[in-house]
Amino acid sequence: MADLYQIQDLRLSLADMTAKPLLGAAPKIEILKGLSFTIPKGSAVGIVGGSGSGKSTLGRALVRLLEPSGGTIRFDGADITHLSDAALRPLRRRFQMIFQDPMSSLNPRHRVGTIIAEPLRLHGFTDIPTRVTRALDQVGLPQAFAMRFPHELSGGQRQRVGIARAIALEPDFILADEIVSGLDVSSQAQVLNLLERLVRDLGLTLAFISHDLSVIRRLCQQTIVLHQGRIVENRPTPDLFADPLADYTQELLSAIPLPDPAQPWG
Amino acid sequence: MSALVIRDLSVRLKKGPPLLRRVPLDLAAGEVRGLVGESGAGKSMIGKAVLGILPPSVEITGGEILLEGTDLLRLPPKERRRRIGATCALIPQDPLTALNPSHRIGPQITDRLVDILGWTRPAADARARELLAEVQIADPDRVLRSYPHELSGGMRQRILIASAFAAEPRLIVADEPTTALDVTVQKQILRLIAGMQARHGTAILFVTHDLGVVSKVCQRLSVLYSGMVVEDSTVADFFAAPRHPYSAALLAATPKYTDPAAGLNPVPDAVIDAVRAEVAAFDRGAPHG
Ligand SMILES: Nc1ncnc2c1ncn2[C@@H]1O[C@H](COP(=O)(O)OP(=O)(O)OP(=O)(O)O)[C@@H](O)[C@H]1O
Ligand SMILES: Nc1ncnc2c1ncn2[C@@H]1O[C@H](COP(=O)(O)OP(=O)(O)OP(=O)(O)O)[C@@H](O)[C@H]1O
Ligand SMILES: [Mg+2]
Ligand SMILES: [Mg+2]
Repeated sequence: MADLYQIQDLRLSLADMTAKPLLGAAPKIEILKGLSFTIPKGSAVGIVGGSGSGKSTLGRALVRLLEPSGGTIRFDGADITHLSDAALRPLRRRFQMIFQDPMSSLNPRHRVGTIIAEPLRLHGFTDIPTRVTRALDQVGLPQAFAMRFPHELSGGQRQRVGIARAIALEPDFILADEIVSGLDVSSQAQVLNLLERLVRDLGLTLAFISHDLSVIRRLCQQTIVLHQGRIVENRPTPDLFADPLADYTQELLSAIPLPDPAQPWG
Repeated sequence: MSALVIRDLSVRLKKGPPLLRRVPLDLAAGEVRGLVGESGAGKSMIGKAVLGILPPSVEITGGEILLEGTDLLRLPPKERRRRIGATCALIPQDPLTALNPSHRIGPQITDRLVDILGWTRPAADARARELLAEVQIADPDRVLRSYPHELSGGMRQRILIASAFAAEPRLIVADEPTTALDVTVQKQILRLIAGMQARHGTAILFVTHDLGVVSKVCQRLSVLYSGMVVEDSTVADFFAAPRHPYSAALLAATPKYTDPAAGLNPVPDAVIDAVRAEVAAFDRGAPHG
């Protein structure tokens, strides 16, 4: 299978504004410290790791909301590491990001229908109402929700609006950053089934950032474990669960609270 | 005395459908009660009603909210706000929008201590550093000087947890306080919440969708469906045998990494139809308005 993404020695530094001297530039802190991996077309890869390990930063680099400070990112064969905003514009439809924090990514003054339609308009689609209707359907929201504002939705409903907005564009790649951690288990199952179906039927490629290993185990063929800006494990998911190699992976597994008061849990 | 007793609390969208249906809920001092149920069931709405921060588009149509014995709904607004401010704290659901993006973290934790509770500035600063260390933030001094966007989602959530405990409240509404945390930090934080809660005798209304978490930190739990409490059980009883078919289905939907074939199935349609019928029967029996 061809690779949709090829990542070689990816590095990313950000300015540490908290340590900025009065005059002169802020010192840089390196968040991603040389990551190499590939994402095959039509697969779902899980990205797990501790809080602050760099998962969201990696995600933002993949869809080029951030520019790497070293290494290369190839998307469908093309080097996009340092492309300008103008050069990226035609690619933007093809990779979509769904965010961790639904409220802050939805315009509070727009109704749900407009929120989903806006990127479609930007990318020059003509059959916008049909696509909005279909997207709401696919994420299991009633059509009447098109008229609601984000603050009139529960957290989980907002999350589904974010997913609807992304899939309406029929992208090649979706980066999902902690998108089910705020959902109840039944809605989680619905969203995961939906993503599974999109991967299978539309040939979508998915990178799924999560700290929930149960969810990763269900959805992803391959799992990357990040720790302090480095990859500590990158293997087929069943192998990783059968025999976690890195100490950190073992620690992640043993900290999962099972729904059972009798489970010893420290 | 009970920290919180809610009786028959009904809330609806103004001139619209009910959102909470005669909700009963009680919380002993020092108790942790889980509140679970599907997205949109009204879990956050219960917390907001207690804290007096319901959105203007909804109204309370009946019931009582007794905070340490006093019915909040009968107090004049100013007295109610004062009492809630002095007794309760919220760990909000949305860690980014809850922090003011244009202010550094430090004052966001300490201003309340200084302005409302009359602490001195140095005492408040010292308390903030101590709390950030308690929630496992490695470099509290950098974080206190940071703006929210410079921190990861998990760090922001830990800051909100620290700031909820800052003034030693007697009741905390924790609205999905660990959803943005990885499991190792979640475990530390849950232990920390349990520890602080035990030391200070804080009662916690713990909103979550994670029954794994409920089984570790709560003594009792309520299951909510469409604004109606369908089950109120001790944790031991619930995990031994949930009483309501809807709660049994929720438990069956909970994933277990030890058993990849189990869990992560949506609640079956038949179960949803049955519980919807219960809600409809309730609405016919107890019309709102
Ligand atoms: N704009 C920024 N300026 C400075 N530091 C930043 C900035 N954004 C992120 N960081 C730092 O980069 C590190 C990685 O952050 P990132 O958001 O990628 O973590 P994460 O793995 O997604 O964590 P979480 O699970 O908590 O969301 C953190 O230490 C964070 O403080
Ligand atoms: N400001 C508002 N105006 C109108 N309706 C609202 C408002 N806020 C929430 N709602 C509706 O009230 C119901 C209950 O919402 P609430 O936020 O309490 O759900 P929840 O149980 O906390 O869900 P989640 O797990 O997704 O956070 C939902 O159907 C939601 O759409
Ligand atoms: Mg993140
Ligand atoms: Mg909520």
